Amino acid sequence: MANENIINPNTSVEQKQYSTLNLGPTHPATHGIFQNVLTMDGEVIVHSEPTIGYIHRAFEKLAERRPFYQITPITDRMNYCSSPINNIGWHMTVEKLIQAEIPKRVQYLRVIIMELARISDHIICNTVIGVDTGALTGFVYLFQFRELIYEIYEEICGARLTTNIGRIGGFERDFNDKAWKKIDKFLKEFPEALKEFENLVKRNRIFMDRTIGAGPISAERALNYSFSGPNLRAAGVDYDVRVMNPYSSYEDFDFKIPVGLNGDTYDRFMVRQEEMWESMNIIKQAIEKMPSGPHYSPNVPDFYLPPKQEVYNNMEALIYHFKIVMGETDVPKGEVYHCVEGGNGELGFYLISDGGRTPFRLHMRRPCFIYYQAYAEMIKGTNISDAILTMSSMNVIAGELDA
Amino acid sequence: MDSTVQEKVVNIIKENFEAEVLSVESPYNFLTINLKKEKIIEIIQYLYDHNEARFQYLTTLCGIHYPDVKQIAVMYQLHSLTNNWRVRLKIYLPEENPVTPTLTTLYSAANWMERETYDFFGVKFTGHPDLRRILNVEDMIIHPLRKEYPLEDQTREDKKDFMFGR
Repeated sequence: MANENIINPNTSVEQKQYSTLNLGPTHPATHGIFQNVLTMDGEVIVHSEPTIGYIHRAFEKLAERRPFYQITPITDRMNYCSSPINNIGWHMTVEKLIQAEIPKRVQYLRVIIMELARISDHIICNTVIGVDTGALTGFVYLFQFRELIYEIYEEICGARLTTNIGRIGGFERDFNDKAWKKIDKFLKEFPEALKEFENLVKRNRIFMDRTIGAGPISAERALNYSFSGPNLRAAGVDYDVRVMNPYSSYEDFDFKIPVGLNGDTYDRFMVRQEEMWESMNIIKQAIEKMPSGPHYSPNVPDFYLPPKQEVYNNMEALIYHFKIVMGETDVPKGEVYHCVEGGNGELGFYLISDGGRTPFRLHMRRPCFIYYQAYAEMIKGTNISDAILTMSSMNVIAGELDA
Repeated sequence: MDSTVQEKVVNIIKENFEAEVLSVESPYNFLTINLKKEKIIEIIQYLYDHNEARFQYLTTLCGIHYPDVKQIAVMYQLHSLTNNWRVRLKIYLPEENPVTPTLTTLYSAANWMERETYDFFGVKFTGHPDLRRILNVEDMIIHPLRKEYPLEDQTREDKKDFMFGR
């Protein structure tokens, strides 16, 4: 429990001294490479000094040397728990730059993929909170469905974790029957499993005792720290990019934005849990309303690779193919900011193009990087077990944190 | 953001800081205001406190290097969650000694964003509580996102053209 009163600076215990504890860089309970040098007063954390950058891969610099379509695999490796959202966010940024009009069907297909990715992201986060409180069952059980989501990705793009899904202008191919069947299977079986998982932990006395009040943050502090996504909503602010600045036809769907009250671990858990239900709701609506049409935009031959048989038989297609692969297509000059609601919050791409084959500058607003700095403040005055829970419930992904 | 709202935001700034505005543009319908560097913190503070605007959410902050004009720009992107207005403010600092006051007094989130900007561009934020490198190693001597540092190490010997028969 967070309690600032535990630390009394005036305690006159003789020979009182703080001990230093290294939590990380590779601690099994932090699920990633995070180092925190904790100053401990017995069991209580007095101060924490986070060090990040252990897996920094210079994405922003790398992007300055790559043609636009080659940047997609870079975005995969940011939040690798929901890489399709990153990919599609990037595609949409470039589409905004080149002012491509995207067919409704592509937008709806993207919504399905992005919501599946959100579910898989939240499955990882929530079940890991379970693991950290001692409930391994939910983790093992729900991971079957994460596997199913990965199989759906596999049907669509051929990859599982770092998906590189879709292209600038649409999808590489339309969803096949197998993919649709798997989506249907997911929608049919997942609610039962999720319900079971909820029954297991939601009103579980041990789980509640561990999580309620652990690592809380107030709405004011969360906003001051530029929180976004489920962590901000758990603190009670209903900011969601999908509603605030709708992209990819999110305005067509009817869904709720769950918010919490205290911003503690339990609220973060519950917000993610409710979001999974809402995501399923969105997917169902998207399938119901699915318009017919092409799975790519015919207006951007400069960016969307032509079909292979065309390349072999048609000179224009061959020229376009060559131009795209060599990155020789012209792009307009300009500055674009596009943001999507990633698994962890507002994922923004600030792209400056000088008309060259690569971006002049690409800055990525990575939600993890921004909200992880509040971690030291959130765990101050709590004990280590709460600090571990706070970290897993914030869903800090090392790839996104370090870029 | 439609153009009337954009005008409104510009007027809010011009009410008090007319002399500070260098230019106003709207690339891809996103209000961008280029400002003089001296009063940037006052302007952001004013936008933060303003009754109607309430730009109380710092979306992001980053540096941009323009080698042609020997300048480093610092871009602040603010968001007013109550109105859903977004604005991008840019200031331009000289390349050889970029110094600007810190924004951490206003937004706690600016802490790491400024450290990142310092790390990659060498922009010194005066008054920052802990201005150290954040993503790169501490003994690094360059600021890698500046354009004078090409992506590959130019001193490498193993990638010379003759190795490839060129």
